[in-house]
Amino acid sequence: MEKRITTPLTREQARELKSGDSVLISGVIYTARDAAHKRLVELVKQGKELPLDIKDSIIYYVGPTPAKEGQPIGSAGPTTSYRMDAYSPTLIEQGETGMIGKGKRNAEVIEAMKKHGAVYFGAIGGCGALLSNCVTKAEVIAYEDLGAEAIRRLEVKDLPVVVIIDSEGNNLYETGRNKYLESLNK
Amino acid sequence: MREINSEKIKEVVKKLCIEANCHLPQDMKARIDECRECEKWAPAQEILDRIIENYGIADKNNVPICQDTGVACVFLEIGQDVHVLGDIKEAVNQGVREGYTEGYLRKSVVKDPIDRVNTGDNTPAMIYYDIVPGDELKITVAPKGFGSENMSQIKMLKPSDGLQGVKDFVLKVVEDAGPNPCPPIVVGVGIGGTFDKAAYLAKKALMRPVNVRNNEKFYADLENELLDMINALGIGPQGFGGKTTALAVNIEKMPTHIAGLPVAVNINCHVTRHKTEVL
Repeated sequence: MEKRITTPLTREQARELKSGDSVLISGVIYTARDAAHKRLVELVKQGKELPLDIKDSIIYYVGPTPAKEGQPIGSAGPTTSYRMDAYSPTLIEQGETGMIGKGKRNAEVIEAMKKHGAVYFGAIGGCGALLSNCVTKAEVIAYEDLGAEAIRRLEVKDLPVVVIIDSEGNNLYETGRNKYLESLNK
Repeated sequence: MREINSEKIKEVVKKLCIEANCHLPQDMKARIDECRECEKWAPAQEILDRIIENYGIADKNNVPICQDTGVACVFLEIGQDVHVLGDIKEAVNQGVREGYTEGYLRKSVVKDPIDRVNTGDNTPAMIYYDIVPGDELKITVAPKGFGSENMSQIKMLKPSDGLQGVKDFVLKVVEDAGPNPCPPIVVGVGIGGTFDKAAYLAKKALMRPVNVRNNEKFYADLENELLDMINALGIGPQGFGGKTTALAVNIEKMPTHIAGLPVAVNINCHVTRHKTEVL
């Protein structure tokens, strides 16, 4: 079913989202990829303050192309999420409630999602031109030296995603494929 | 001897970088459209519709189809009767530098694989040189995204593993990749040669249009058979289930050693981009 959410996303709200739900996200989300995740987790280890408000936040795994004049952002589709697996449990523990990416997650990430109440959303990979239309404002807030990998604060309107893994560990990559294969035998 | 100025090469590389990133080749568009018609699973239809919408937006607005505008793979087929005036390697890199900067493309190359500082201009390009007969210079720019590149694998099979071993390995690579490389994918397969040549052939296979089969019937049939086997896995667009896991399987092969059967599988996504110009 289709749901609309506006950030911040509380842990209680995150737990209400179920694998397979189509969701339109509006509000403020943050971007971070490999290099930014590494730095964020180092800050957590050192007990230092993070450059973003991690509590009830959604992080979008994206490194956009540069914005043309008059545009808030360039193409902005998801990158493959498993590269963030080493860092996500720490951020979920710190209060992150949503992750947007594509592809599989490991057992540690799913455990952290179940324990703390977080969801893993999928945006359509390779559709960066389309998805960029949902971004109304973008601003680099940390790690400008990382270029495309800098942390950006995005304002989004009706960003279309699907809940791939919910806070109970249900996984659309398993159920969707199985349902399709079962449909062939009917 | 025909003379070609390196400045001309730079200009062409620059133009091809921008065009390849913003406009999906016609063979890819036609194949995606065709697969949409054949796809019966509703969630998969919906994703293919979005993919079609996306390449349309990129075309219309001259923006990158995907934010991963790749590492620039540049194939140069240099006629042996061509004399290049100037530094050919520097000309290619300057073309990439200007194309990625002026075309608002993402700079995704780090200088050192361990130290990982971005070079800031997407150079160096990955350049593949080939000397061929004639007096022309053929330049192909293929921006390669790494979501799919990371899902590629190579295996040194034993001759006794034979054809079955090749099929099993190709299917294993696609299964291991699952949703990660943005299916529907294009599967480039290189068989034979040495460890490195097999990988090169797999990449080279991705340059062939998806509607053109290998010119040897045995391998053309194998491409079709593997495509059917992959599309029976049920992974589907984005991995949410469906028929359309792969758009095409392209195989290239070459002679190899009596002791070996190298097989490389280079995965590409539904944004399989390349553009060619002949000077």
